[in-house]
Amino acid sequence: MAAQGTSLKSYLLTRLALVLPMVFILLTLVFLLMRVAPGDPVSASLGGHVPPRIVQQIKHRLGYDKPILTQYGNYLWDTARLDFGTTITDRRPVRDVIAVNGAATLELTFFAMIVAVAVGLLIGLLAGRFRDTALDVGGRLFGIVIYAMPVFFLGFLAQLFFGSYLGVLPTSDQASPITQALLKTHTNIYLLDAAIDHDWSAFWDIFKHLILPATTLGLVIGGIFIRLIRVNVIRTLKDDYIEAARARGIPERAVVYRHAFRNALVPVITVVGLQMALLLSGAVLTETTFNWPGLGHELVFYLSNRDYAGVQGIIVVFSLVVVAVSVLIDLVSAAIDPRIRY
Amino acid sequence: MAAAAATSRRSRLLPGVRRAFQPISEARGLARAMLWTGALVTGLFVFMACFSFVIAPYGFDQYQAHGHRFAQLAHPSSSHLMGTTVQSTDVLSRVIWGAQTELEVVALALLFGLAIGVPLGVISGYFAGWLDRVLVLIMDALFAFPYLLLAIVIAFLLGNSIGRGVFVAAIAITVVYIPQYFRVVRNHVISVREEPYVEAARALGAKPFTIMRRYVFFNVVQNVPVIATLNAADAILTLAALGFLGYGLQPSQAAEWGYDISRATSDASSGIWWTGLYPGIAIVLLVTGLTLLGEGLNETINPVLRRRRVEKVELGSSIVEAEVGP
Repeated sequence: MAAQGTSLKSYLLTRLALVLPMVFILLTLVFLLMRVAPGDPVSASLGGHVPPRIVQQIKHRLGYDKPILTQYGNYLWDTARLDFGTTITDRRPVRDVIAVNGAATLELTFFAMIVAVAVGLLIGLLAGRFRDTALDVGGRLFGIVIYAMPVFFLGFLAQLFFGSYLGVLPTSDQASPITQALLKTHTNIYLLDAAIDHDWSAFWDIFKHLILPATTLGLVIGGIFIRLIRVNVIRTLKDDYIEAARARGIPERAVVYRHAFRNALVPVITVVGLQMALLLSGAVLTETTFNWPGLGHELVFYLSNRDYAGVQGIIVVFSLVVVAVSVLIDLVSAAIDPRIRY
Repeated sequence: MAAAAATSRRSRLLPGVRRAFQPISEARGLARAMLWTGALVTGLFVFMACFSFVIAPYGFDQYQAHGHRFAQLAHPSSSHLMGTTVQSTDVLSRVIWGAQTELEVVALALLFGLAIGVPLGVISGYFAGWLDRVLVLIMDALFAFPYLLLAIVIAFLLGNSIGRGVFVAAIAITVVYIPQYFRVVRNHVISVREEPYVEAARALGAKPFTIMRRYVFFNVVQNVPVIATLNAADAILTLAALGFLGYGLQPSQAAEWGYDISRATSDASSGIWWTGLYPGIAIVLLVTGLTLLGEGLNETINPVLRRRRVEKVELGSSIVEAEVGP
């Protein structure tokens, strides 16, 4: 077996070259699902009370009357130009939906990820280090139960306890109506907008609205981190170089904290990237539970209105985000760990 | 070793089964506890699902008995142990009937997933070449896709054309899990393909499908129970999520826990807890049970994580090898 590693540069190039077929396949998949599936998108979204002439008009405007291959070509070309179409029901350009609602999703998922990493690292490392102790059993049980908990059920409990019983935290929307009305838009990310204008009472209001959704989603994702980090720590602690470090007389504390934990965390970066899909799925549910005006919330709205164009646009954006993040994570972990660039 | 090979030639399946169950009876400590707790909890739900017509006090959509209507949103009491919903249905009955729905859909989804994912993985891994590359690319694309979105879109599209039901929900969930079986099985097949016994079979002139069926298949399916159990846990969550978003089963068709919770979120603001709490607990318990079962199986079957009682090892003899080898 040749043990020659590839250089970082050629790895990066190969990885980036693989993105295109991946995106192409994903886009084709979405197209096949949305267009080739039986049923007529336009009449479905209009609810069947519209005269055929108008249906035909709308079909023409959306290009749904062209041959399927032409539609496919146009769709790929539009997506390449980052034009994701316009929704049928409320005629919003999907690009607008992304800018406004995507910002809300970004805010939610960013803070959820912070919660998830904090919880996952703390409990996962400790459980792995003190394997088979009460701490480990407790940590794992927490991990398993939180994993078994649907994010919307955890949200329901949080709403019940913090919203209805204690009455200390808001349980829906991204900000109170007054804040929302007065807030000037710079980035569409509310928290950032409030900070830019130094409007700290608005900031606090927005932050309070963020606490329950972000913690709910974060805890659920964190449950998965706990499991992965724990297994990694256990595996690393069995490795030869840990044995070697111990044999050299390095104190156990240093072995664990300096040698084992650090190496156990490298694969976790990859895993964090893999959880992106889960994070987005969780976001759809969390947004619905807390009436958070993010992309998932909009997706559910367009789904229930049978707006094929809206659904397709948002799905395409979601899949592009997932691919982009997975590439990014691969590149980062390749830069950190030479073993990955085989 | 030679004697073992001789017996296994006579009856191929029996020693295989015994070998498969050996780690389970050998499991110790936490792994054993997890395995049995998981089996117990899962068994309880299976029992509930099979005998819901006996256990459940009322039908899942029954809102009256003996000629008078149940109270709306009644507190848990002796007549309705878990209270009633806004439609006056009995929460306890819905929880029990829900077990049937969840297990039905998930069993169907697992069956479809295994029936498609495993053979595809075996074929793809064994033949390699362009077929393998194409399949891997498609499966990776499916795997990268946010699983819930995939399930929702498929449930949405099929629901629009075929109509919603157990079958459509199962298909929507299946699509999510096929790539997982495919990947695990394929990667395992690739390593098994080069093993001496497969090569020997090939040298003897066995046809590819015979090799796959008799030699490769049984050596790669060991991992499948673990994944299947863990996927079943996951599938329950996916089904509940579909129900929560309104793309699961039709409310008139069956009781479904996720749908019940979605109805309950509007009750939460007025402090009504029983309509959402009990279906939620049912989900958590069933998923925890299946996860414990899967993790317990994993710890006992997976040699990397397995912990056995320390056995006497004679240095310099082949016993060491025999004890550790697969």
